[in-house]
Amino acid sequence: MNALTEIAAGGRVLLSGNEAVARAVWEAGAALATAYPGTPSTEILETLARYPDVDAQWSVNEKVSLEVAIGASLAGARAFCAMKHVGMNVAADALMSQALAGCHGGLVLAVADDVGLSSSQNEQDSRYWGRFAHLPMLEPADAQEAHAFTLAAFALSEEVGCPVILRLTTRVCHVKTVVAVGERLAPPPRGFIRDPRRWVMLPVNAKAMLPKQDARDATLRALAEDSPLTTELEGSDRSLGLVASGPAALSAREALPEAPILKLGQTWPVPVDRIRAFGETVDRLLVVEETEPLVEETLKAAGVAVLGKDVLPRHGELSVRVLRDSVARLRGAVVADAAPAGPDPDVFPRPPTMCPGCPHLSPFYCLSKLRRGVLIAGDIGCYTLGAGHPWQAMDTCTCMGASVTMAQGLAMAKGGEDARKAVVAVIGDSTFLHMGMQGLLNLVYNRANVTVMILDNRTVAMTGGQEHPGTGFDIHGQEAPRVDFVALVQAMGVKPERVHAVDPYELPALFRLIRQETQVPEVSVIITNQPCVLTDRHTPRPALTVVEDECTGCGSCINTGCPAIQVTRRETTTTKSGHSKELAFVRIDSAFCTGCNACVETCAPNAIVPLNPAAHPRLEKV
Amino acid sequence: MSPETRPEARVTNVLLCGIGGQGVLTAAELLARAAVAAGHDAKKTEVAGMAQRGGVVTSHLRFGPRVLAPAIPDGEADLLIGFEAAEALRWVGQLRPGGTAVVNGLRVKPPVVHQGLFAYPDDPVGALRARGLDLRVVEARDIAESLGTHRLMNTVMLGAAADLLPLSPADLRALVVESFRVRKPALADLNGRAFDAGRTAAADSLGGAGGTAGETALGAGAVATPMASAAD
Repeated sequence: MNALTEIAAGGRVLLSGNEAVARAVWEAGAALATAYPGTPSTEILETLARYPDVDAQWSVNEKVSLEVAIGASLAGARAFCAMKHVGMNVAADALMSQALAGCHGGLVLAVADDVGLSSSQNEQDSRYWGRFAHLPMLEPADAQEAHAFTLAAFALSEEVGCPVILRLTTRVCHVKTVVAVGERLAPPPRGFIRDPRRWVMLPVNAKAMLPKQDARDATLRALAEDSPLTTELEGSDRSLGLVASGPAALSAREALPEAPILKLGQTWPVPVDRIRAFGETVDRLLVVEETEPLVEETLKAAGVAVLGKDVLPRHGELSVRVLRDSVARLRGAVVADAAPAGPDPDVFPRPPTMCPGCPHLSPFYCLSKLRRGVLIAGDIGCYTLGAGHPWQAMDTCTCMGASVTMAQGLAMAKGGEDARKAVVAVIGDSTFLHMGMQGLLNLVYNRANVTVMILDNRTVAMTGGQEHPGTGFDIHGQEAPRVDFVALVQAMGVKPERVHAVDPYELPALFRLIRQETQVPEVSVIITNQPCVLTDRHTPRPALTVVEDECTGCGSCINTGCPAIQVTRRETTTTKSGHSKELAFVRIDSAFCTGCNACVETCAPNAIVPLNPAAHPRLEKV
Repeated sequence: MSPETRPEARVTNVLLCGIGGQGVLTAAELLARAAVAAGHDAKKTEVAGMAQRGGVVTSHLRFGPRVLAPAIPDGEADLLIGFEAAEALRWVGQLRPGGTAVVNGLRVKPPVVHQGLFAYPDDPVGALRARGLDLRVVEARDIAESLGTHRLMNTVMLGAAADLLPLSPADLRALVVESFRVRKPALADLNGRAFDAGRTAAADSLGGAGGTAGETALGAGAVATPMASAAD
């Protein structure tokens, strides 16, 4: 029995956009669905894994993911691939070439843009991939539309013979609303069609496909003009008409209920003629789109007079307030630039933290102590928090895998005061398998000197704890072959004596090892091996406490960054040399302590002890 | 959305705020299900991803005959449910004039405060009270612990909010209890009692002074079971 498939056709259920896409992929009869986790898209595949009849699987990265889906499409099956916006950059090589050849079984790509950057390194507008790759781009506004548009995308893909991109944003992915669902179709198998002139992208074949792509573009433009996914919403005040898409269209409807709206369900190709005709019924036309002026500039190039980013902000979410204020200004009203009624800026910040007992605490504590002698290239994951307080132990972070490669560039070009510094790359297990491996191979091959720290917590932690080839389990929790990191890096040419698997909870040993390896003039790899505390693989140890009378207020333990350590009082004292010194006396909230022991090792007066000594054999020495 | 829809009818806007791991999103989910069960259209949105690691978490719940925008427009929240005192202070500006706040008196200092980089407000509940709001303060952690575990805290908060929503408190209670009966039957009745205790405390808090608030590491216990509901 499966609770998901028991929701009968016509049933109305509260679903997020991600859950609605998953439901529709299943209903569309897709045989294969792939993804690498990435906020805000992760839950699409997690949900699909709970449906029968669809082979849902995590891929090691988005390029691999898309290529697997393309293969399934060529085999004649309906296939689906999900990713966050920056994932499409990784998959772009496959996308751009396959777009020319097209697909066979329906192929739908969902790409989720993080408008407002709640959990990403940039805010790129993925709709440009539609224009760049000559592919149709559908843009749902909420979960109900996400469901309907996904089904439409499969149909369009097979009608035209090319992949279709579904553009989602955070406010679609992570907003739940009531969705009417349907039943699973069983599309007849199409079978692989041997056609080397189409599927083998030799220059001669690709060249012959260009005129076919031109013809396909014309078909797509005609279909977009008549797309039933684009709708007109009546409005009583025709002084301003809106051309809007995505969740911003709904916010615009709420902000400006009198304005007629042409709501675009498909934003590439832009239905220029339909917009031009709509524009003739209103005095002025304003394009409401997140985030770049794709539709606006396409219209201007076609000679349609529109307003757009000259009126609306170029970044972030187009909320009700933003739309209301911007249009009021357009109409000549004086709208105060009053601070929006958002979070009170006078309240302290509360940035995300690492967890009590997080195995990343001690590596960053060690790096913070070696700070003056090292350049630290970071990567994408929970450990990017190592850039913040109290460690401040990260100098760069750009994209998946770039710690290793940028470290190589740093190591080979550093000069001046940096010449004597060691270079460290810090990367997580899943990020290493995603895109770090190639960088390490390149590093070894080019004889660079970098200490690579693979923080292996045996999960994709940042996105909520997904499996990958380093965990030994697949998306369904079934056992899968597990990569051996030590053997892997040795096979790439790192000398066996330079590869170390270590327990990050053994802080002094970890510190000595990092110091030693950063002084060696060749590539070293240090692999930490404690699992994420949020996973079942972590076994909490008995909690610790602080003996109040023995705490000297030195504050060393606070520098581990563990959130279970709390300051109870502060004092200012004068040192022997006459300097004033701030003391911070601490307690440990034992309810949240996982007994990792990192703070014990930082405490010179041995004031941190087991709450229940009998239960903590590791600390008998204390 | 269908072409003829218009936002003519009144939408109720509930802003829930707290710290990653406190169960804010789970509470919002239960309220959304209650709203849908009562026949409303609803949208529930949240900031997720990085914010879940002990950071600021909000969830917007909107319900009514027809909900358009996914997020509550700035300054239009009808009800603020604050799971931590300073977080309520951070977001209270989102309340519309005449709006209501129901706030857990719990004070949770983040690591950046313990590291001496920022100050935690001396009296966040007092600062809220000074705004002259319709304010209910509930010591949800004390109540939860008196019932056996601090993990009942967000069920206490749901109970505290129950009489401040245009939904049937009895139906909301039944939905909360049922959600536990499905997943953790042993905790169903206990959560029912936590709900009732929260409801009583919110009623009693009118005009009363804020209690002394306990301090804790984080929603960290919380962080150890992120997204977990109240009584895991």
